[in-house]
Amino acid sequence: MSSEVADSADAVAVAPAADAGFLQRHGTRIEYILIPGAALSAALVVFGVFVALFGKNPLDLYFYMYYGAFGTWFSWQNTLTRAAPLILTALCTALPAQLGMVIIGGEGALLIGALSATSMALAMASAMPWAPPLAVQIAMAAAGMVGGGLWILLAGALRQYRGVNETISSLLLVYIALAILNHLVEGPMRDPASLNKPSTREIGAANMIGSIPGTEVHWGLVFGLIAAILSYILIYHTTFGFAARVAGGNIRAARIVGLSVGKLILTICFLAGSCAGLAGMVEVAAVQGRTNANLAAGYGFTGILVAFLARQNPLAIIPVAILLGGISASGGLLQRRLDLPDASVLVLQGIIFMFVLASDAMYGRIGFLKGKS
Amino acid sequence: MADGSIGLWTVPLAVFGGAIRVSTPFLFVSLGECITERSGRINLGLEGTLVMGAMSAYGISYLSGSPWLGVLAAGIAGALLGALHAGICSLPRVNDVAVGIALMLFGTGLAFYLGKPLIEPTAPRLPAIDFGWWSDIPQVRAALRINVLFLIGVMLAPVLYWAFRSTRWGLVIRTAGESADAARAMGHSVLLIRLRATMVGGFLAGIGGSFLSLFYPGSWNEGLSSGQGITAVALVIFARWDPMLCLWASLAFGGAAALGPALQSVGVTSGYHLFNAAPYFLTLAIMIITCSPKRTLTGAPAELSITR
Repeated sequence: MSSEVADSADAVAVAPAADAGFLQRHGTRIEYILIPGAALSAALVVFGVFVALFGKNPLDLYFYMYYGAFGTWFSWQNTLTRAAPLILTALCTALPAQLGMVIIGGEGALLIGALSATSMALAMASAMPWAPPLAVQIAMAAAGMVGGGLWILLAGALRQYRGVNETISSLLLVYIALAILNHLVEGPMRDPASLNKPSTREIGAANMIGSIPGTEVHWGLVFGLIAAILSYILIYHTTFGFAARVAGGNIRAARIVGLSVGKLILTICFLAGSCAGLAGMVEVAAVQGRTNANLAAGYGFTGILVAFLARQNPLAIIPVAILLGGISASGGLLQRRLDLPDASVLVLQGIIFMFVLASDAMYGRIGFLKGKS
Repeated sequence: MADGSIGLWTVPLAVFGGAIRVSTPFLFVSLGECITERSGRINLGLEGTLVMGAMSAYGISYLSGSPWLGVLAAGIAGALLGALHAGICSLPRVNDVAVGIALMLFGTGLAFYLGKPLIEPTAPRLPAIDFGWWSDIPQVRAALRINVLFLIGVMLAPVLYWAFRSTRWGLVIRTAGESADAARAMGHSVLLIRLRATMVGGFLAGIGGSFLSLFYPGSWNEGLSSGQGITAVALVIFARWDPMLCLWASLAFGGAAALGPALQSVGVTSGYHLFNAAPYFLTLAIMIITCSPKRTLTGAPAELSITR
């Protein structure tokens, strides 16, 4: 409140009512925390009522959700392991959103990234078996990022050059990516030893990226944190990011001031896709060890929710991803202790998503945060 | 030919039969979405509505013993999801595309949640009319076993075409889609028109879902719909918001979707998954060919957010 002294001179000069208090001066910032928080709480209450209809105690539900997500060191590690791919797939939606594009194909880019990374590892294993694991890992990450990047670049290019709606094309590309993955895994790339669950050959234990020392959480979390911070700097502290936000705000104004909107769209889409592709690489190199249909676990779709809940802000994605990672981590416990179906996490995600979108109507309308004018 | 071995003719015949069988969900979802989009709003959540419709139809058919009651329940479930979509969208500054994505998650999640106990039991299925009685060839008879819902859908398309052109009701919907201000000036509530249009759209999409669980493939499981809903939404764009073109496009998509199983039945098993993805490739290809960055699509409702 120290700046009030400086403000007071102006306040007297303009009008007595312009003497804004703390709440009013930081109104927009508080709104960004308060409104999604309220939406989240409302969603939890509605979900509690929903499970109460099936004869479960909502208080048990909240307890097990907390316990399964953040109650123990074990559950924290489970939560963080799930948050890692969520941060990366959320960036796949949040980066194009700066340009006003709604990309929902993160799942597809994740699958293509996983396939590219696995192919790279298998190719290096046969072509240059002497390569050190670090080189293989770097090559895998690069392959995953390029593969996923090109996949979303395709949606961006279709929008730019053909006017195809990017929301629908990116979702169609998810199904196409899944078909390609199933085709390769059951056909040309199948490991003959994988009988029940068709898979590719393993990338080898030496090439796995392992855990952060002292934890069971893999290095993918660090990749996610770095990607989110870099995205934040790119969007809010570079000329490129400024240009992107101008184009997202008003595309005609951006064209008039001479920004090449096409280049912005293509670059951002490639970066967005490479984040999701990296998530695919991480899932292969840290969790699965090979590519198979297990990879289509819905991280891409939950990532969309994370991005919207974080209001497309790359830094806000980190805590939101941890929160939603926690919700999905608690799913197993809810299944065992409360006998809830595994789909209850999906229902909760759907309810949260709807409340978050509906809460968009609240911004700028909370009385005590508005200055009296 | 009388010996029943029709060789490679199996493939086009199966594609033809598939066009009739597989196209029904596409047809209902696209007609429903056509009504919603004509009123100026897009509901991307019909994928979730389709799955929810499939689950409710199966559940009610199992509990009541009447598949037609199941179809009705699916329609009602779809209309309720439509009302939810329209309700959230009627709040200021809410993006209808994003609400659609949310409903896609919610509808599928709710259907999986409530449908968990329905995976085991068998529910009574919808009857089919045998149009192939004149033929001795089993494949022909199989292709011509046609479900009543398909016939209803085929009749619905020209009715909607006529209704959009020459009824008061059609004019009001089109006005809301072309210019919300004009509709308001005429004394209509745009939000109410869109609410009704989205509910009718959801009703039809729910019925499309009931076809999946009660006729073909004719069971309830979590992998029942893989993107048919979203393909049908894309199909409306390609059909230029014209119900008759929706009918032809649905038939083409049904045929494309039947290609994979048809080829598998004659022993072409490699690339099975790729052939199964044929409708998605087809949708994407058609969108690439028909869209243009230079102009908005002809026939597009001017209020629609995705074409602006």
